[in-house]
Amino acid sequence: MGTAAVSSGATQGVVAGYRVHRRRQVLSVLAVLAVLALLPLLVHDAYLRNVLILTLLYASLAQAWNILGGYCGQISLGHALYFGIGAYATSVLYVNYGLLPWFGMAVGAVLAAAMALLLGWMCFRLKGHYFSIATLVIAEIGLLLMHNWEFVGAAMGIQWPLGPDSWATLQFARDKAPYFYFVLGLFAITWVISFQVEGSRWGYWWRAVKDNPEASESLGVTVFSSKMAAAALSASLTAVGGSFYAAFVAYIDPDSVMHFRFSLLMVLPVVLGGLGTLWGPLLGAVILIPLTEVTRSYLGGSGTGIDLIIYGALVMLVSVLKPEGLVGLFGQFRGRRGAGGAA
Amino acid sequence: MNAQAIAQVLVSGLLIGLMYALIAAGLSLIFGLMDVVNFAHGEFLMMGMYITFGLFVGMQLDPVLAVPIVGAALFMAGVLVYLLLVRYAMRAEANVGMVQIFSTFGLGTLMQGLAQYFLTPDYRQVSGSWLANKTIELGGVFLPLPQIAGAVVSLLAFGGLYLLMSRTDFGRALEATREDQGAVALVGIDRNRVFALGWGLGLALVGVAGAMLANFYYIHPQVGGAFSGIAYVVVALGGFGSVFGALAGGVVVGLVEALTTLVLPASMKTVGVYVLYLLVVVLRPSGLFGKP
Repeated sequence: MGTAAVSSGATQGVVAGYRVHRRRQVLSVLAVLAVLALLPLLVHDAYLRNVLILTLLYASLAQAWNILGGYCGQISLGHALYFGIGAYATSVLYVNYGLLPWFGMAVGAVLAAAMALLLGWMCFRLKGHYFSIATLVIAEIGLLLMHNWEFVGAAMGIQWPLGPDSWATLQFARDKAPYFYFVLGLFAITWVISFQVEGSRWGYWWRAVKDNPEASESLGVTVFSSKMAAAALSASLTAVGGSFYAAFVAYIDPDSVMHFRFSLLMVLPVVLGGLGTLWGPLLGAVILIPLTEVTRSYLGGSGTGIDLIIYGALVMLVSVLKPEGLVGLFGQFRGRRGAGGAA
Repeated sequence: MNAQAIAQVLVSGLLIGLMYALIAAGLSLIFGLMDVVNFAHGEFLMMGMYITFGLFVGMQLDPVLAVPIVGAALFMAGVLVYLLLVRYAMRAEANVGMVQIFSTFGLGTLMQGLAQYFLTPDYRQVSGSWLANKTIELGGVFLPLPQIAGAVVSLLAFGGLYLLMSRTDFGRALEATREDQGAVALVGIDRNRVFALGWGLGLALVGVAGAMLANFYYIHPQVGGAFSGIAYVVVALGGFGSVFGALAGGVVVGLVEALTTLVLPASMKTVGVYVLYLLVVVLRPSGLFGKP
């Protein structure tokens, strides 16, 4: 072990510094959440509120993706599949069977986790690009099946019935502020889970698996089950995001929840902000989503391709010029990546 | 179903399969050479198709004659992509796997956006070319000429590739570099030069495929996505990095797709291909024709 060479005094110093660092992270998130919670009081414009909601939704989804892609290093290009499972489970159970979206949300999360375990069993033997390509192809299969599955409305999709505003059915037609608080809560949950993961044995295992699977296996890390746990956790959180989205837009069809675009939108904030970092997903989403929403509304609909130009150029440049992500610009938020890389 | 109808399905599958093989050949070549997956591959196919369309509309140049021009243009594009992007992406010290995926991935997304912005999302078609809508009949089986020409060009390209790899110094340098990147430097081969030419050759192949495909397929900014999924499957079946595995993989994919239409509606024709892919992923991750 590398730590054996370090004197015990120095080790204590590192541990104390680490505790201070962890405590500072908790204070930071409390401050960020408090500021965010005040935003609906300042922003009343429906369009801007919509942008805020989408920004936090993609921050949460990116945070969920980061658990598998960032900490564990398994780059999935098919998370739209889990997003779609959440959206469809919630919509089918509510519209066809009258079961509340909260119930559908739980069902969607469990189904997505089960699907992630099944796919993990199939694909985790594949390394690097091979894994990414498999996730891409499998999500395409899901999209194709949904387009042809009559029970879930096939290409027509599912329309939610109009109903009174209520937390029970997650329908708020007039004032969108409750949706904002819902995604704020979702973001807080995904952040806390990521924070716990970073400090837990799982987190260390996952980073070890990412850095060097063979070496970590030889040190007793059970690589396969470790990847499976990351996949299930990441998928179920993504499905909750999908459930929320279905309730929020109240109409879903295969392309509006399972298109490759969604897989992309979950990954891009992480790549921009910083892969495997606690604050990267939020930072990336705060830059990316308002930028694309605003340019889209000023320069015409999504058909013009402006959004694709922005996504593409940003991702290409950041991944080559600043591979550790823009969060690296904030020294104090960098976390323990340096320590992890040196080990 | 009679023998004639089955022969029709098999021949159609074989023809489109050879096209898939040609589309995937460059992807496989680059992967085998330097272990990098070009996630913008489909967009370079789109680029080849649009150049062909532009030459046809602007200069009345038939797609068949455009093949060498499109190939040369894409060759230059490939050299530039390596020198300006991939070379730097390979130097990344943090998050290496992510950088390799998202540098080309971002490029593909950017190209799609630019095509949509400048060329509009409209579907275009090369109509009235020499081969368009011509078919020949062979024992009751109808063979569309554009598809036959695509298959013939694909076979010629693979033949040329074989000669290039086995008979020329460049081919030998390519082969040596994929075997051992470090050792080639000792015998005076410039690795960067080989990589740049490898990217040029890989994209020239997909450009040729684009020119032939433009003869019988609609051209639009998202056209790459429709084919890159298939190209990944072809490469996975053929064994990653095996160029001639891609030839076999392409034919298998074309045949499976054609046979799927016998049992499922046409909108689900790729289901059979994807099922085959999943089976291969589970049972033989190194591909049908790759070394285990």
